[in-house]
Amino acid sequence: MLNANTFHHGIHPPEQKLTAADPIRRLGFAPTLVIPLAQHIGAPARPIVREGEEVIRGQVIAEPGGFVSVPYHAPVSGFIKRIGPTPSSSGMMTQGIYLEAHPSSGQTHKAHKGLSVDSATPEQIADAVLECGMTGLGGAGFPTHVKYRLPKGKTADTFIVNGAECEPYLTADHRILLEKGDCIVEGIRFALKATGAQRAIIGIEANKMDAVHALNQLIPAHLPISVQAVKVKYPQGAEKMLIQALTGRKVPPGKLPIDIGVVVSNAATVSELGYLLPRGLGLIERVITVSGPGVKKKGNYLIPIGTPLRYVLEQAGLTDDAGAVLLGGPMMGQTAAHMDLPVTKGTSGIVVLGSTQPAPQIMPCIRCGYCVEACPMFLNPSKLGRLAVKRQYEPMADDFHLMDCFECGSCSFVCPSHIPLVQHFRVAKNILREKKARP
Amino acid sequence: MNKPPILQIKTSPHITLGADTPAIMRNVVFALLPATAFGVYVYGLTGFLVPAVTTLACLGTEWGVCRISGKSSSLGDWSAVITGLLLGLTLPPALPLWMAALGGFMAIVLGKVLFGGLGENLLNPALVGRAFLMAAFPASLTTWATPFLANRFSSMPSSLITPPFLQPTYDAVSGATPLGAWKFAGETTSALDSILGFTSGSIGESSALLIILGGLYLGFRGMLNWRIPLGVLASTALFSGILFIWRPETYASPIHHLFTGGLMLGAFFMATDMVTCPMTSKGIWIYSILIGLVVVVIRTWGGLPEGVMYAILLGNACTPLIERMSQPKPFGTRKEARS
Repeated sequence: MLNANTFHHGIHPPEQKLTAADPIRRLGFAPTLVIPLAQHIGAPARPIVREGEEVIRGQVIAEPGGFVSVPYHAPVSGFIKRIGPTPSSSGMMTQGIYLEAHPSSGQTHKAHKGLSVDSATPEQIADAVLECGMTGLGGAGFPTHVKYRLPKGKTADTFIVNGAECEPYLTADHRILLEKGDCIVEGIRFALKATGAQRAIIGIEANKMDAVHALNQLIPAHLPISVQAVKVKYPQGAEKMLIQALTGRKVPPGKLPIDIGVVVSNAATVSELGYLLPRGLGLIERVITVSGPGVKKKGNYLIPIGTPLRYVLEQAGLTDDAGAVLLGGPMMGQTAAHMDLPVTKGTSGIVVLGSTQPAPQIMPCIRCGYCVEACPMFLNPSKLGRLAVKRQYEPMADDFHLMDCFECGSCSFVCPSHIPLVQHFRVAKNILREKKARP
Repeated sequence: MNKPPILQIKTSPHITLGADTPAIMRNVVFALLPATAFGVYVYGLTGFLVPAVTTLACLGTEWGVCRISGKSSSLGDWSAVITGLLLGLTLPPALPLWMAALGGFMAIVLGKVLFGGLGENLLNPALVGRAFLMAAFPASLTTWATPFLANRFSSMPSSLITPPFLQPTYDAVSGATPLGAWKFAGETTSALDSILGFTSGSIGESSALLIILGGLYLGFRGMLNWRIPLGVLASTALFSGILFIWRPETYASPIHHLFTGGLMLGAFFMATDMVTCPMTSKGIWIYSILIGLVVVVIRTWGGLPEGVMYAILLGNACTPLIERMSQPKPFGTRKEARS
């Protein structure tokens, strides 16, 4: 039987929460910050500054390029050095703004007037969420204001704060839950009002019971907010898995949480909203876990968005045997191809692995079924992998539900034959998308 | 930063469980060793030589096939060792060695290579090898040496070294296996004897206890799906139990069925072959219950005393069909299969 507060299948990678006890510390400004204009899902933002222009910290430097888009704010006072191509974690160059920091000025520019949760209307809150440039800080980078403006005919009854943080090494959300409980409560009140949901649930993995207790102490009794511990299991923090754990509801394939009356935001997102909205500020910095065997000064740092990796890792220090540099955790994070890649709104962690052994040899699939028992989406990764090798992409999607895969990596994690299943699926999905776009 | 790090580009996930296919295979071999050692103890030299010859034949065939097809050697995955050892354990102790070698060759060629190698085969290679021998040399495959001969460690049966294609002569031929005794003479064997392994039969099937021990080891290491032996044994017990309750004087008791013949070895080590069994829990239950049913049907009404080999081969053959019926239901579509 389903024991409460979790989902079926999944895996148990080593937790490695090395920085769970390290309070959030502020990192200084890098000499030059790089702000890509497509850190979010949707239309890239349009720069509204010119090269050579002086900007003040918090000032809007790019405006939304469409409905599903967000503005960007200057993370530091300084000069616009250049507007041009910047490297991105996908390997493609995207348009961005190079900002030379002159952090001596203590001024901060407001993005909007500032809101009071008691007097604001849902529409005003959604507008303010847009103006502060908020995207999901968990990593997907979906513009938050779009999520909070419910489509016509849809209603939400539950707002979920995702504090599961199931990726190994990452502790940024843990520290936020512990240290910024009042911002989270404020953020939840804004989100409840914007979405019209009657109750909020904060879902936290049971390896962070200190955060559960701290929030329980903090939350005023009259607010409809509950805190629930969920089982420590990967990928517990995946949206669909967490919704099932907390409400028992399942998001059908191809549907969104709102289709079953739920809106989910990451704990860091909610906390930032609770901090930014009343003050009228824009999103210019975020908490990032810098950890892994390759890092000397591990910790949870408050880092200005746009800070290059090179600067972060210079400050934190690398060990001699430092290996791959990951943006995000070891399960779903991407390796950084370039030390000039900037920290973005979606970067929750920078994990530097130790020296790595050569990749193990890929063996034939022996149909052990480990992947079938690991897949939280109840797919058949073994079968999908075999089809991918034969390049039978259409049957993968039509008969074996490829598009339901959200690339959590559980199948590759357990595969004894070291088959790069997730990579096969990413390739297959992209090929299918291209075929669809250009038949 | 002391020096710029060497940036490595690879795809997620960047950590793994550390499971390893050759390690799984190796552990299956380890788990078979107690039963093998007991076979050597019971049958002496021949108990060692037959499995040794089948294993070497399988390894040699695998190596040769890799050479011919120009692939790098796949001996390192240990799967040929399992095939050879399992085949050897299912053979009668006094089998002429050239037959054993031929069985090993056929197991690899017919059972595995023709399908495309490891992971692609439809049927359990060891059982394909045994089925081949059963079809080619039915008399030799049903002639059982006497266990616990006094001189079993110093001399070997003359049949063992029969030159190829000549009629073997058997010296110390035992009566019948417990299954044969019951089938053809209506005699029952002491349950304790068959659990401990003091009965005649194939080299590795004697001791139910040691086989279960090996199976438990694999089960705890997560290298064997416990549902399969449980399903096979439970369904054998269930179907034979129904018959036994109905007519105890005509049909053998479930205890007799469970602990005699190749059932234990088959349930723990052959039906559980990952390549040839279904992957979902639902599929595995269907598969193992089917095997148990066929075992009882063959043993009860078939012409042979033993039916485990054919039952498992039939289960293997049904696996693609069972898989089609038991694909996992994606998250969020009705109730997904539990596992």
